[in-house]
Formats: sequence, structure tokens, C-alpha cells
Amino acid sequence: MKTSIRNVYLLPYVVWIGIFVVAPILLIVYYSFFDIEGKWTLSNYKMFFTPIYLKMAASSVWYALLVTFFSLLIAYPAAYALTKTKHKQLWLLFLILPTWVNLLLKVYAFLGIFGTYGLANAILAAVGIGPKQILFTDFSFVFVSVYIFIPFMLLPIFNALEELNPSLVDAARDLGASAWTTFRRVVFPLTLDGVKAGCQAVFIPSLSLFMITRLIAGNRVITLGTAIEEHFLVTQNWGMGSTIAVFLIIAMAAVVAVTGNRKRG
Amino acid sequence: MEKEAIIRFERVTKIYDGQVVLDDISFDIERGKFYTLLGPSGCGKTTILRLIAGFTEPTEGTIYFHGKPVNHIPANKRQVNTVFQDYALFPHLNVFENVAFGLRIKKKKQAEIREKVMEALRFVNLEGYENRSVQEMSGGQRQRVAIARAIVNEPEVLLLDEPLSALDLKLRTEMQYELRELQRRLGITFIFVTHDQEEALAMSDQIFVLNKGKIQQSGTPKEIYDEPVNRFVADFIGESNILRGVMLKDYLVEFAGKRFMCVDKGFRPNEPVDVVIRPEDLQITTRAQGKLQVRVDSQLFRGVHYELCCYDEDGNEWLVHSTKKAEVGEEIGLYFDPEAIHVMRISEEDGEKIDEN
Ligand SMILES: Nc1ncnc2c1ncn2[C@@H]1O[C@H](COP(=O)(O)OP(=O)(O)O)[C@@H](O)[C@H]1O
Ligand SMILES: [Mg+2]
Repeated sequence: MKTSIRNVYLLPYVVWIGIFVVAPILLIVYYSFFDIEGKWTLSNYKMFFTPIYLKMAASSVWYALLVTFFSLLIAYPAAYALTKTKHKQLWLLFLILPTWVNLLLKVYAFLGIFGTYGLANAILAAVGIGPKQILFTDFSFVFVSVYIFIPFMLLPIFNALEELNPSLVDAARDLGASAWTTFRRVVFPLTLDGVKAGCQAVFIPSLSLFMITRLIAGNRVITLGTAIEEHFLVTQNWGMGSTIAVFLIIAMAAVVAVTGNRKRG
Repeated sequence: MEKEAIIRFERVTKIYDGQVVLDDISFDIERGKFYTLLGPSGCGKTTILRLIAGFTEPTEGTIYFHGKPVNHIPANKRQVNTVFQDYALFPHLNVFENVAFGLRIKKKKQAEIREKVMEALRFVNLEGYENRSVQEMSGGQRQRVAIARAIVNEPEVLLLDEPLSALDLKLRTEMQYELRELQRRLGITFIFVTHDQEEALAMSDQIFVLNKGKIQQSGTPKEIYDEPVNRFVADFIGESNILRGVMLKDYLVEFAGKRFMCVDKGFRPNEPVDVVIRPEDLQITTRAQGKLQVRVDSQLFRGVHYELCCYDEDGNEWLVHSTKKAEVGEEIGLYFDPEAIHVMRISEEDGEKIDEN
């Protein structure tokens, strides 16, 4: 009796997941077996293992790694500093605030800032380096992506640091550890779950970025995300687009499986 | 020659957010003794330990180690180790690695680390537990790990912040003996923090009684118990009868509406004072033979003695520990020796307290 009531409560969730998660994935898998003329085929999968797509996949993974790495590099110290400040919840809010702004708006803002007559070049000119091509470079792509993803890295790390018992830090210092050793031996290992969660939250979506690649990187950076967009919207080759999506989904599942075993014991 | 002090506090004041937590504190810590900081919660005991350990710096005053000021020396450069109130064991390391932590920092050889960790674990009766996760251990065991982790570094001074308060009564009494024994065997200085006066009296060579960031009294357990300097100490150290009185002249004090011979002197004539009489110093007798006449209000059997709560004609409460039984409602006399009366100066704070009430 009780379990059936619980099942009733679960129903909306199950329906939601079924319609918006499971069904689309099944559809993608289904479409991946059809060529552009609508004939059943395995050629899309063969195609994926040709150098063009493998290179594209490698480049996607590479850029996602770069973005994740730099986000972590910036977010960890920021989160650490944040836990030491007085009004930390307020500061946290300020740092999370940009996620409330639409992605496209932020990207367009950077088009302005990084453009030939933008703020960045004005500053470069003022310090005598002169105007440079910033937009449509790897740098601008990684920079903007990192900017967009930092809050997703920051939040789990901040939470992990907040949960860390401060007397553990005292204990390490008491036993002779320098500030750096304390970080390496105690603080970092004990906040690793937060780091993993943050890396997941950044790495997975940055694997399939496409909007930023076109607008900021000017299609210089071709990732699997861009390829999927091309196939669906430009060449209308839904089969190939779906095949790439299948591999993306597999990659994401793999990342979750590797980094996901949180909260042991 | 006077024994050299390992640690000296000289007029140390600590202020947190405008709140004076320690107020002009000075004391010396000598080698090889068992010291206790005793006081109610929030009186600044942990703050003193944190100052000694080097987790925080004094706002004013100087802390010396072996005669050298150490105010700005960080915790990792000090020859003291701490057993934290919550033990602060590293949850990601097993028992062995927790204890080995300090030795690994000092880059000792693997063989030496192994030997010392095993010896420390033997010391605290935790042989065979080295591969356990600290999360699987009971409160008492965690505490031993915390002690082993500290003593393995052979500190000159071991700081213990209420290490027994989380344990149940039986384990607690057991650990009191063990800690005292450990201190004797190691021969190092222990600074032990507690808010439990019985624990302090049982374990210490020297007690500092603290209240509101001030040292109220320092002395041996016997001195503190027998000769409390003020109302706070008398009240905090065990149950007592404390009354307002007047010191008429040397050896003569008036309280509860009567005059009594006593052994105290050196007060101004007619100086208002606080008078303490311990419950165990009061003897039950007949009304005629008693120095005080009281009526028994209630009686509890405490095992070794009866605890009587009585009232005299003025309404003063008298707590009596007696091996003789009385009847509730009975009119009895209380007898005591002049030595049982302990007269104390009234401190400013106590004056305020009385006015408030
Ligand atoms: N880091 C801190 N910041 C602000 N106030 C503190 C801090 N540490 C202690 N205090 C204050 O100092 C007082 C004494 O604290 P503490 O030394 O921990 O007392 P005890 O250990 O005797 O219970 C308390 O009122 C506490 O609120
Ligand atoms: Mg405390």
C-alpha cells in the first residue's frame, strides 16, 4: 500500500525523465543508423572512425580539458579565498550571478570587449603593445568558456571547503606542516569530491560547446558540438549528427563513471 | 635556583571583534608538571591553548618559550602538540598514517617512522589497530589515536583541550588515571583544559582557575580547595556554603547574625567579606551544642554520606555532608571548628553580581 503511494508521487518524475531524457536518447541512437537518404546503414559509425572525426573528437576533448583545467586553476583559489572572507555568502552570490544572464548575451558582450575597437584592444594600445587580433583565436575561445564555466566549478569546491573541519587544518599545522604541505596533504584530498563534481560540471558541457566556437572562435575551433550543429542544421545529415551525439553521450557517461564515486563509506 | 619556565605569559590580552577574551594574563609553565586550566565554558581556556600552540597571536603582551618571545612564530615551528577537543583526526588517513603525519613532515626514515608509530600506539594501548580507518573507531579509541599522534613527535609540552568531555563517565574516570600515568611516564609538561572541577582536582599538580578571561587563582588542588581567594573560586570548586559577613577584627568574624572565632586576619576592621564553610566541615549536633541552629529541609543519601539541605532563622541555606542521619523537619545544631571558616575578600565583580540580584 505504502509503496504504491510512493510510486504515485514518483510518477511525474518518471514521465518527465521518460519524455525528455530517455526518449530523445533512444531517438538519437535510432537515427544514427540511417544515412542521409533514410536507408538503414552502419556507415555513420565507420565515418566517425575516419581521421576527420577522430581529430575533431580529440580537439573537443583537448579544449574541454583546457577549459576545465583553467577553470579549476582559477576557481579553487577563489573558493578558498571566499571561505575566508567575512560576507562569503554575498560574495558567492556575486560570483554566481553571471549564470543568471543568458549565455548568448555574455558571448555578445565578449564580442564587443575583444573586438578590434573593444576595451581589451584599447588597453593593449594604451600600454603600448598595440591592437592585436584577440577575437577568433584559441585564447579568446578558452577565455570566454572559462569565464562562463567558472561558477559551476566554484560552487562545489566552495561547498567542500566549507564542510572541511577547520581544526583539521590546525592539527596539520600543529604537527609541523607548512601552509603548502597542509594544503597538499589535508585540504586538497578532503575537498577532492568537490573538485571532481566541479570538473564534471565543466568538462561535460564544454565537450559539446558550439555557440561560443562559432561566435568567439570564428569556427577556427571545430568541436563535436559544432559538427553536430552543422549536420542537423546545415547539411541536414541527421544520421551523422546523431552518431556523433551517441559518442558524446558515451564520453559523458564515461566521465561520470570515472569521477562519480563520491561519498565513500 | 628557581626552575626555568618553559612557557611564560606576560600580560597577555586577547581581543576578538572588540570582545576582551583574555584580560592581562600572566603565568609560568614549568617542565614536567601537569597543569590544568579550569573554568566555565567561554572563559577563554581554548584561547590560551591556541595562543600557546601558535594558531593565533596575542593582541597585547608577550608569550615566551625558554625565555624567547614567540608571538610571531607559527604553529608548525613550535615544540608543542595539541590533542584537540574534537580530536581532529584526518578522516582520509588510517590510524597508522594519522600517527605518522608529524614524522612524515619531518622526513624521517620509513623504518624509524614505523618503529616510533608502533611505540606510540603501544603507549596508548592501541596495538594492532594501525590499519583501521579512524571513522570505524569509538570515541575513546579516537582519543587515544589523537594522543598517540601528538606524543609521537616528542613535544616538550602537550596541550589537551577537554579531551575527556565527550566520553561517558566510566571511560572518563579510566582515562583520567591513564592520562596522569602517561604524563608521569613521559615526563613532559601537560596543559589540560577542563570545565570539570573534580577532574581538575584529581589530576593536576597546578590548577589555574579562570573566569571571564581572568585567572582567578592558581595553586595546587589542595590550596585551591582549602583556600579559595574569592566567591567565584569557592563556588566553582565543589559545593560550598558562601555567606556575606563582616570581619570585625583579626580572628573574629560575624555572619548569620552571630560572631565566630576564626583563624583569618589582615582585614580592615569591619571589612565586608565572603565566608565559606565546606559542607563536609559541618557536623550535626543538638541545638544546644550547635554554633548554628537550623531546620532540616531535605535529605539525600549519597552513598558515602547524607546530603542535608537546612535553613537557619535568617533564611540562609546550609548544605551539610554528614555520616549521621537526620529527620526532615527536625531542628538541629551545626558545629564547626574555627579552622573550618574561610574568609575571603570581596572582589569587584562579585560586588556587581550582588547588586544585580
Ligand atoms: N575565533 C574567534 N573569533 C571570535 N570570538 C572568539 C573566537 N574564538 C573564541 N572566541 C570567543 O572567546 C571567548 C572564549 O572562548 P574559548 O577560549 O573558546 O572559551 P572556552 O574554551 O573556555 O570555552 C568566547 O566568548 C568565544 O565566543
Ligand atoms: Mg573550549
